Amino acid sequence: MRTTRFLVLAAVGALAGAGLAGCGAKDDSAGDAAAGGPIAVKATDTACEVGSTEVGAGTVVFKVTNSGAKVTEFYVYAAGDRVMGEVENVVPGLSRELHVELPAGTYETACKPGMIGKGIRGGLTVSGSAAPLTEDAALASATESYQRYVRSQTGALLDKTTEFVNAVKAGDVAGAKALFPVARTYWERIEPVAEIFGDLDPKIDGREEVLEEGMEFTGFHRLEKDLWTTGDISQDGPIADRLLTDVKEIVAKANAEKLSPLNLANGAKELLDEVATGKITGEEDRYSHTDLWDFNANVEGSKAAIAALRPVLTERAPDLVTSLDAGFATVDTTLAKHRAGDGWKLHTELSPADLKELSDAINALAEPISKVAAVVAK
Amino acid sequence: MTDNRVSRRRAIGLAGAAGAAGVGVAAGAGALLRGVLDPQPTAASAASGAVPFRGEHQAGITTEVPDRLHFVAFDVITKDRARLVELLRDWTVAAARMTAGQDAGVVGAVNGMPEAPPDDTGEALGLPPSGLTLTVGFGPTLFRDADGRDRFGIADRRPAALAELPRFPGDALQPEISGGDLCVQACANDPQVAVHAIRNLARIGMGVVSVRWSQLGFGRTSSTSREQATPRNLFGFKDGTANLKAEETELLRDHLWVQPGDGPDWMTGGSYLVTRKIRMIIETWDRTSLGEQEELVGRTKGSGAPLGQHDEFEEIDFDTTGPDGRPAIGETAHVRLAHPDLNNGARLLRRGYNFVDGSDGLGRLDAGLFFIAYQRDPRKQFVPIQTRLARHDVLNEYLRHVSSGLFACPPGVRDQGDFWGRVLFA
Repeated sequence: MRTTRFLVLAAVGALAGAGLAGCGAKDDSAGDAAAGGPIAVKATDTACEVGSTEVGAGTVVFKVTNSGAKVTEFYVYAAGDRVMGEVENVVPGLSRELHVELPAGTYETACKPGMIGKGIRGGLTVSGSAAPLTEDAALASATESYQRYVRSQTGALLDKTTEFVNAVKAGDVAGAKALFPVARTYWERIEPVAEIFGDLDPKIDGREEVLEEGMEFTGFHRLEKDLWTTGDISQDGPIADRLLTDVKEIVAKANAEKLSPLNLANGAKELLDEVATGKITGEEDRYSHTDLWDFNANVEGSKAAIAALRPVLTERAPDLVTSLDAGFATVDTTLAKHRAGDGWKLHTELSPADLKELSDAINALAEPISKVAAVVAK
Repeated sequence: MTDNRVSRRRAIGLAGAAGAAGVGVAAGAGALLRGVLDPQPTAASAASGAVPFRGEHQAGITTEVPDRLHFVAFDVITKDRARLVELLRDWTVAAARMTAGQDAGVVGAVNGMPEAPPDDTGEALGLPPSGLTLTVGFGPTLFRDADGRDRFGIADRRPAALAELPRFPGDALQPEISGGDLCVQACANDPQVAVHAIRNLARIGMGVVSVRWSQLGFGRTSSTSREQATPRNLFGFKDGTANLKAEETELLRDHLWVQPGDGPDWMTGGSYLVTRKIRMIIETWDRTSLGEQEELVGRTKGSGAPLGQHDEFEEIDFDTTGPDGRPAIGETAHVRLAHPDLNNGARLLRRGYNFVDGSDGLGRLDAGLFFIAYQRDPRKQFVPIQTRLARHDVLNEYLRHVSSGLFACPPGVRDQGDFWGRVLFA
């Protein structure tokens, strides 16, 4: 469960918005520098000329042209060398743009010829006020798009969980076993959203060992255990009812929740982390071994969040989009080797080499995805 | 505005290097500060100081052997040559930073955006460079895969000396901890610093490489400098007495560094690395009498002197006889079989480490020697020596070779635009 981290990030997003809005406007004259187009940065092996050292708050665009002989980088630092934005790998003869959201304050710019050292530093003063992150139209549109996805998935989650619960209550072991990975697919696609509601997640999806003292073992994995170990579900009616109640509650909460763009970015990463820690090892569905259903659903959920952010990412970090596309393609190809009918092979049918290959593919994708939040926040 | 990021570890690193230069030990330390081409970084450095990263040869070969090792072998999982080359560039930048005691990335472990993962993992915060060296090598499988395919358009650059090692009698090699397309040897005086370096390189390499196997080591079992005392292996014997030493310039030329004309130009100034994980059957060894242990090795356990002689560094005299009139050093004693005189004068530069990987489930130490040897041509050095040892060495009763690796280590990174393997991929 990563509830804490998720909520903290949501809070950070909110605070950043408040902070930006709270910056007092001195005057608007400095804003014109940014309004006039990108600030030219002339980088050589020995110099770093920044076209304007006073700009207005908001999204500031720098166009870095490298006329030196060494590959360079350009940074904007806040106090303590906190990186506000950076553009890497500007090869000699080329220009690249950096878009960075800067609230009022004093900053330093730096070119790093040869990509090492402290760089050639200069001052940068930002004044005026700027719109918060959430007012960025593209980001707002991204969260709306993802929230539509959450709505569609929660609808299906409710339908399939209802079918699963009915099968359990009817004593239909075979039917319940077939529905188990299907109902979970919709859960696993949006799991980071569900995890926001800390008390519900363990009730619905908790495994026996994560339960705290005094907590009852309920939810999907309790029913999974009974279905696959003893096959005796005759006493599970109340557990099944409880699952449906909890799922209804979380569906209502998830649809009411206002997500931040950072929720999407981090959710996309957390879904892959789920795969890397719980699904690759077969820990999650230890009785049914249907981990690859969850694996695929986690990847689909991650892909949906990235898809919602795609216009923003394409604008701000096109190279990242290229590596994300390649990463998702590799995961899909690797996973496709293990299809079985409409579903997937069982975890126990995979060799250690198969699992290593899947693990490598997930790590290769999770690495660039871990950079998405910073792009969204800039 | 202060530059917290740079000051964090580098201040300590530079202080260490400058201190070493002050006493005239670290020849390269001044060069590090000036940013010019380092001379061959053979000299010793203070235990906490920085060993120069750049130079004619890679650091970590003749540089003083520190006490700890983290060795890793990678499989390359991309088919894209450009991505591999980009990784080698990124690795070089990160390696240069970490060996100088800096964070792996320019932002650092704690100064980046709160929304982004740090570009350094942080467990070396506050630790000095600790003599860290990082040495890269390329395995035969990087050039052609098992099906003979030219993987990255470099098959015609594979040196003849990088021929797969033959199977030696008694080998019990486990494929999953053998071989690899790339390797990185991290040596340091602090295990946390060595582990940090490998962890960050593995992180940077996600999607391009995948860790195949790795090995931790402690207690260097060889000395590469006359400054260092000869250490002991887990059998309790001094090991590496006759090792090539950094000071022996001519011997290094003949036995260690690849010379012009030996093979493809990209390896000139480089060296070939053989690794062998040698499990020691500790418990039965410990029940062996002192006399027999010394006979098996051919040296006394206390001083390390050859049997029948008195001083560790005395030239071994195989004609010395014992009281019974027979040779003091037996025909199958380890030192005799491994001696250059029996191997066409072939010598190796060893810098192996002891390892203990816990216990094996039967209550036996899972321990032994992680053997590391550098040489000019394994076909003329390691292979004949190991063939002789594998056939005749009576120590084999107490040894199992469980892992094997062979890598071509290119010459040193010369300047700031240079990177590991640049000439190979040029």
